[in-house]
Amino acid sequence: MTNDRNFPALELKNLSFRYKGSAAFSLQIPQLRLEVGQHLFIKGASGSGKTTLLNLLAGIQAVDAGEIWLGGAQLQPASDRTRDAIRAQHIGIVFQQLNLIPYLSVLDNVLLAAAFQAKLSGKTMASDSAMASDSAMTPDSAMTSDSAMTSAQLKTRAEQLLTALGLAAPIWQQAAESLSVGQQQRVAIARALLCKPTLLIADEPTSALDSEHRDAFMRLLLEQADASQCTVLFVSHDAALAPWFSHTLAMASLADGVLPNPQFMRLSAVSEHQQAQALGAKVAAETRAATPSAMNS
Amino acid sequence: MLMKIARQSLWYRRGTAMLTICALVVSLMLLLGIDHLRLEAKRSFTSTVSGTDLIVGARSGQLNLLLYSVFRLGNATNNMQYQSYQQLKKHPQVAWTIPLALGDSHQGFRVIGTTTDYFQFYRYGQSQPLRLAQGDAFAGVYQAVIGAAVAKKLGYEIGQQIILSHGVGAVSFSQHKEHPFTIVGILAATGTPVDQSVHVSLESIEAIHVGWQQGAAPVGKVPTLTAEQLASLQPQTLTAVMVGLKSKVATFAVQRQVNQFKAEPLSAILPGAALAELWQIMAMVENILLVVTALVLLAALLGMATTLLAAMNERSRELAILRAVGARPWQLAWLVQLEVMVFTLVSMLAAFALLTLSLAALQPWLTAQYGILIRVLPWHAHSHWWLIAVATAALLVGTIPAWQAYRRSLAQGLVVRL
Repeated sequence: MTNDRNFPALELKNLSFRYKGSAAFSLQIPQLRLEVGQHLFIKGASGSGKTTLLNLLAGIQAVDAGEIWLGGAQLQPASDRTRDAIRAQHIGIVFQQLNLIPYLSVLDNVLLAAAFQAKLSGKTMASDSAMASDSAMTPDSAMTSDSAMTSAQLKTRAEQLLTALGLAAPIWQQAAESLSVGQQQRVAIARALLCKPTLLIADEPTSALDSEHRDAFMRLLLEQADASQCTVLFVSHDAALAPWFSHTLAMASLADGVLPNPQFMRLSAVSEHQQAQALGAKVAAETRAATPSAMNS
Repeated sequence: MLMKIARQSLWYRRGTAMLTICALVVSLMLLLGIDHLRLEAKRSFTSTVSGTDLIVGARSGQLNLLLYSVFRLGNATNNMQYQSYQQLKKHPQVAWTIPLALGDSHQGFRVIGTTTDYFQFYRYGQSQPLRLAQGDAFAGVYQAVIGAAVAKKLGYEIGQQIILSHGVGAVSFSQHKEHPFTIVGILAATGTPVDQSVHVSLESIEAIHVGWQQGAAPVGKVPTLTAEQLASLQPQTLTAVMVGLKSKVATFAVQRQVNQFKAEPLSAILPGAALAELWQIMAMVENILLVVTALVLLAALLGMATTLLAAMNERSRELAILRAVGARPWQLAWLVQLEVMVFTLVSMLAAFALLTLSLAALQPWLTAQYGILIRVLPWHAHSHWWLIAVATAALLVGTIPAWQAYRRSLAQGLVVRL
């Protein structure tokens, strides 16, 4: 793993965001903490603010106030450049669908994850030397030390991931668009995990799959995330997926804007059960204590 | 990786990409082609008079004299006396002279009355002399030496008989039927108007016009000339004389003397100066052509920008994916510019190749039809500036879709609403 054991995988502090020129919606999260290897399910329908949350967590959008830390690296607030670099190296993202660039081969789609991530580590494997100076801006040099893989290592890892995800060698060179939706989503997992990210963000990745494929997909996703020691933040409107996760939170209350209880989004690995009890019935109802290992069997 | 994406993205959308490239190729071919043709035409014209220091004819404008004497374009307004020619020949500074008597034609090709000095002294290109591909120079009356294009187009061979026509139109109503000529020689191709000419002796020109009055055909039976009469023929008039001087330094002095010639009004012109005047007149037309071509090119470039811009909608998904894996917004703008460059480079290569092929295909026809030798390779010392200018224009126009990609990737975030 890239980050120090002492750091949580993800930590939000007093997060606050509001779209410019719009008073209708705001997102405020006093605290959220995920330890390395934890899997969190956030339940929320569309319009509940989850898109905003994902954009903030991925560093696409800048927060108005508060902080986001990723394995000891400060994602927010930080410069656009730093956020992009941290996303390249420490965040893997799986979308709802159409995760792949249709005309690139399967293997190239997976390797895409590494194409823009050399800057943070200071390696100049990407073409633009203009970004090489970025290494000086690295928030935490410790987390970059062992993260840079050679292109041969990357290719090997990509092939291992694809194989583990049930995608055999013959389709690696095929154009991504020739694959079935289920296969495409698995390729997306491989890409998200290629660079051994700290955090895997999944945004409704199963909504385009039928129930049979969905279970297989969930199992592969969590298995491979565990294999990469990757923390998972999974957003979906489908409550049926909650049992796969050790922790569940509702997005619904976020959509109201201000959280009634500052403790609501609090989640700590140290004493999650105690906390769940302390948070009261509303949270407890949405928190499942199912462990991934139990579900995987 | 960006380059790979750019290439494969264009290949993925090769239908629209091909049309865009076609438009670019056509406009680039226009640009390079027009530039090439004007330069080659100039080079060809200049090479035609390369060895001649002065051209002397009846008093007229220098351009007019140059065009009708050397390039067989237009007609002489007046003739000069053979006597004047003989005096000119005796001038101490004159190294050689080539008399020219024009006014007749054969199947649209000009007939040139001259002397064998023509074959000896005429120089074209890099001081190259004329060379007979077959046969010999004319040695007497009713013998003709034809240019390479004449032989090729009309399929003439040595020994064949031809009839000359009075006047220089393609269709002539008065033929010199009574005076058939025999082809005795065929010149090697030169890429100059020489290829388009039928050369006969000055005496032959006299012979076929015996009995003619004021340019009108003789009434009644055309007198047949006896061998003695033929031998005693004396040329009366000439159209022009090409003059080579012993020393270039004397050029202006001789020119002045000819212009002040007492016996009749004559003009002596410097072919180079006359050509410069021609280019000056042509420059206007050339510039208009180039401006039009530039506008056509701009239209093609805007078409390319439109294609890329239109694709941006369907590609917002791609932009989101690339952003998700950490691509910076300016890198996405750069990706679009890379595609612009691929467009431009492919178009340039295709345009250059197609133009070269077309020139290779057209060259024989151009040479045969206009006596202009166009080199096949459309490349000149300054051509790379054209390409640099085009590439710069392409990148400038490309900033429109590139900026769109940049703006979009910032605005839309990770989740694309389809």
